[in-house]
Amino acid sequence: MANLTSDDVLKLASLSKISLSKEELSALTTELGDILGYVEQLSSVDVSGLEPTNQVTGLTNVMRKDVIKDYAISQEELLKNLPARSGNYMKVNKVL
Amino acid sequence: MVSQWKPISELANDVQSGVISASELVETSLETIAEKSEYHAVLSVLGESARARAKDIDARIAKGETIGKLAGIPFIAKDNFLVFGAETTAASNILKGFQAPYQSTAINLLEAEGAICVAKANLDAFGHGASTENSDFGPTLNPHDKTRVPGGSSGGSAAAVVLDMVPFALGTDTGGSSRQPASFSGCIGYKPTYGLISRSGVVAMASSTDTIGTLARSVEDVATVTDVLAGIDELDSTTIQRESDGYAITDTSLKGKKIGVVKEYMGEGLDPGVKTTIESAIEKLARAGAEIVEVSIPSLALSLAIYYVLVPAEISSNLSRYDGQRFGYSDLSASNLDESYIKSRSHGFGKEAKRRIIIGTHVLSSGYYDAYYKKAQLVRTKLINEFASVFETVDYVVGPTAPTTAFKIGENANDPLQMYLADVMTVGASLAGLPAIVIPAGLSDDLPVGLQLMSPAKTDNRLLNVAAAAQKELSK
Repeated sequence: MANLTSDDVLKLASLSKISLSKEELSALTTELGDILGYVEQLSSVDVSGLEPTNQVTGLTNVMRKDVIKDYAISQEELLKNLPARSGNYMKVNKVL
Repeated sequence: MVSQWKPISELANDVQSGVISASELVETSLETIAEKSEYHAVLSVLGESARARAKDIDARIAKGETIGKLAGIPFIAKDNFLVFGAETTAASNILKGFQAPYQSTAINLLEAEGAICVAKANLDAFGHGASTENSDFGPTLNPHDKTRVPGGSSGGSAAAVVLDMVPFALGTDTGGSSRQPASFSGCIGYKPTYGLISRSGVVAMASSTDTIGTLARSVEDVATVTDVLAGIDELDSTTIQRESDGYAITDTSLKGKKIGVVKEYMGEGLDPGVKTTIESAIEKLARAGAEIVEVSIPSLALSLAIYYVLVPAEISSNLSRYDGQRFGYSDLSASNLDESYIKSRSHGFGKEAKRRIIIGTHVLSSGYYDAYYKKAQLVRTKLINEFASVFETVDYVVGPTAPTTAFKIGENANDPLQMYLADVMTVGASLAGLPAIVIPAGLSDDLPVGLQLMSPAKTDNRLLNVAAAAQKELSK
């Protein structure tokens, strides 16, 4: 598990839709290196015969009845947090 | 410390029987919040809605109605709980101004029993931190020493309880976020078995370990609140059945209780003052009849490494919903959709959220997934198995909550890895899904130290009972 270069960090930031200033990039490259160096200790652990843990409840396929339930929320309540809207539509930048 | 609040169940009886009114309790709470505002424990005060609810409860009592187990009890919720009539910011700029269109199940359950939310508490933004210094709206100060942190991420909730603003506060606990601030600030901090309390309407951090925490002055009060909150919620498909006996304190003896002292928590890296305080607390439990043995969970040494792979991975996924389009901060100057995402997220997220999103993206990326994410999930299984085999020989395990007492504000601010180490003794229970509770064990250099008790999953009832007995011994 090689250390991250600042180019790697830039690529990860771009995948995460985050832009970084030069200072942020340089600090993050060092910090991420430290953190990944710390978690490196997992690599030598013997885990033969074990299954990965995704969750701890053991619950599977939790279903509910397929019925409409009225949560008594108005359309206006649901739309009020939209940053930009046009009537009852949410407004976004041009996609294509 | 003498509290102005009686035990919650007594107080609720007093309200129901007309000895005191809900309105008086709410006023007392609001006054204390205003008096202690310099600690910055709360981000917003819900004066108007709290007074209206109290008035309504008083009117219903006057008409002879029975209100519930928490009649008129004021409480504070961490600002990552969706609450009607207040902003829910998760202490993050990206959610500044957000008005919840629905309310969290936990708040609904508390209100149904007559409790009244009076304020929203400060936190590390999105729960990312161990000091509340990562709040985008400024840190909370430790009630014992204003130059120190209260712990985190539920630092505001812990400080609010210790400052006597309310009888109890809600927090969340993903890796120690209710327990570590309880230790640093000096109150009870409880993290239930994973799934016992619904997280519907609570801002998600890391879904495989997120739990709802309760902070209060006594284990009895925590148990009263837990009895209201525990159980299946159809809005959170990870919730589990509550215990048939409920969560009342019925057995307050330590006699014959088998408690294992976790060797790995008492060794290197533990502050000597904390160690002495914890050792003398454990001695008191032994003198009260508990059977104390030493146990070993070797993989605990790896728990922080597991946590800081899995949790950033889940964070990077959970925080992808903040895209600036549907709610929260949006940069409206962007000329296309991609730019809108990037500008909104880059401005809206603080340093720590960005750090965790980027680490999470890395450990989940193809080529690294097996080496980091899957490996961490496998070592998580190993840790869970070790806990299980220890619980074949003892009923509880015990140890410190954090390696140190509250540190100075700014001390760890520029060293994220050092900050992460504050969670080293709490992430184990989180990864294994176990219930854990912190009780004040005493002071080291005038700063609180919390003793942490854990038990097997779905044994919250007996954990709360033994913790109540322990609190009684330790406060003697």
